[in-house]
Amino acid sequence: MNRTKLLVLQVGVGLAALVLWHVLTTSPILGNPKQIQFFFSTPVDVLARVVKEFSTTEIWRHLWITLLETILAFLTGATGGILFGFLFARRELLAAVFDPYIKAANALPRVVLAPIFALWFGLGIWSKVALGFTLVFFIVFFNVYQGVREVSPVVLANARMLGMNERQLLRHVYWPAALTWMFSSLHTSVGFALVGAVVGEYLGSSAGLGYKIQQAESVFDVTGVFAGMLILAVFVIVIDAIVTVIENRLLVWRPGPATSVQA
Amino acid sequence: MTTPLPAPAVCLTELAIAFALKGGGRYTAVEGIDLAVAPGEFVAIVGPTGCGKSTLLNATAGLVRPVAGRVEIFGRELSGLNIRAGYLFQQDALMPWKTALENVAVALEPKGVAAAKARAQAEQWLRRVGLAAFTERYPHMLSGGQKKRVALAQMLIRDPEILLMDEPFGPLDAQTRQLMGNLLLELWAADRKAVMFVTHDLEEAIALADRVVVMSAGPAARIIGDFRVELPRPRDIAEVRLEPAFHHIHKEIWSQLRVEVQKAYAQGEAG
Ligand SMILES: Nc1ncnc2c1ncn2[C@@H]1O[C@H](COP(=O)(O)OP(=O)(O)OP(=O)(O)O)[C@@H](O)[C@H]1O
Ligand SMILES: [Mg+2]
Repeated sequence: MNRTKLLVLQVGVGLAALVLWHVLTTSPILGNPKQIQFFFSTPVDVLARVVKEFSTTEIWRHLWITLLETILAFLTGATGGILFGFLFARRELLAAVFDPYIKAANALPRVVLAPIFALWFGLGIWSKVALGFTLVFFIVFFNVYQGVREVSPVVLANARMLGMNERQLLRHVYWPAALTWMFSSLHTSVGFALVGAVVGEYLGSSAGLGYKIQQAESVFDVTGVFAGMLILAVFVIVIDAIVTVIENRLLVWRPGPATSVQA
Repeated sequence: MTTPLPAPAVCLTELAIAFALKGGGRYTAVEGIDLAVAPGEFVAIVGPTGCGKSTLLNATAGLVRPVAGRVEIFGRELSGLNIRAGYLFQQDALMPWKTALENVAVALEPKGVAAAKARAQAEQWLRRVGLAAFTERYPHMLSGGQKKRVALAQMLIRDPEILLMDEPFGPLDAQTRQLMGNLLLELWAADRKAVMFVTHDLEEAIALADRVVVMSAGPAARIIGDFRVELPRPRDIAEVRLEPAFHHIHKEIWSQLRVEVQKAYAQGEAG
């Protein structure tokens, strides 16, 4: 009952916005519709464009490129973040020495790196992967670092009293603790991998969703820009849903929101 | 008798433990502790809250270094962790990412037991503590008492020679406490280990133990009483309380403990 009500309201808000958009851009309330449509397009046009896009195979190639970049950026960034997070958490000195440099590097806005990466790695996918990597790496790094540092001292002492050696502690205590933290930031880091890919494409490439949007923008094709944004939004929602499924699989042990059975 | 006595399982001599405080200076939790636990002996430790009972167990486990005195385990000075002891912590110490079964089975991994065999043994132990139906639950899906029982199985499956237990029945209701107490006595009777059992419940201490040790209020808490409990075994926790001898010893210990509890309370009030 409550769920359906919520769904109806959610859909209602979306529809209301579309109707408002449609009315304001097709009726002469705000002035000449032709002129207004140049700046704001119309929902029907945007939808028609999306349908047209998907009738070609071209869009699938762009989606695939963006997806590939996102996945590669996430995998490399997460791997690096986990390795260094672990290393720094277990080696006090290393963490202390590198602390200011890591903070400085993380504070840098990544957009300024895009041209340099394009220079180093070319205009293909690798410059976008590199940009996504710099975003994902720090999120995962800080989370894993914290996860390993903040392992419950009692759980740790108990594991040691069970006779575990350093390797067994790593496997049964540190690693799961670190993974928990990594997964708690999974949505954020996957999101940032995608941001890296799209921004990279936007700033210089020949394929991907960011490229599509940039192409449309360069010729003031507002309908094309909105269509690209719509496709991107759906793409993000789908990826996020997949991440949620993976998360629920891997963190079954975590106390979730109360899951009592309703009578 | 002329045969030499076997070395005590645990022997604390002139033990002192202090903590460095954040703002500088240090807090001496316990001082001048002399305590010997014979092999197979069940010793209960009671004392006001914050007197240093957990600290004493931590030192016996090798988790805390004493600033003075010695810890000897079966006649040998302890250095590093006390691997001959099993420790049931006062706080939750199960790995939250492992099921009850995995938590118990993993305790055998350091001993080199094959995984399949460890799981089979863990299942047996969980059945023994009455959790056969809860093997696949994660700690957050278990009640406080169930968690303690998993922790008990986790400790006992390794078959340690010394058991250190810190208020293992703390969060339980009266009925479950009795059930667990009887279970513990039953398991202990099967192969007597040396036990150091911390509790704030004097009745529980007397019902379970061979000896009850009373600690004074901190700082620099000491052992101020050492009472032998001459009640016959096997005991039933609920029934043993009805015996006249139980009341007698309870009165004797309580008269001493009460003074310390009041002292500790007054200190807490003062600041
Ligand atoms: N890491 C620490 N730093 C400073 N003081 C500490 C530390 N650990 C314990 N203490 C102090 O040492 C004293 C003894 O603590 P302990 O945990 O052994 O008490 P306890 O007898 O087990 O109390 P309870 O019955 O409440 O569990 C307490 O006053 C406590 O505040
Ligand atoms: Mg304590």
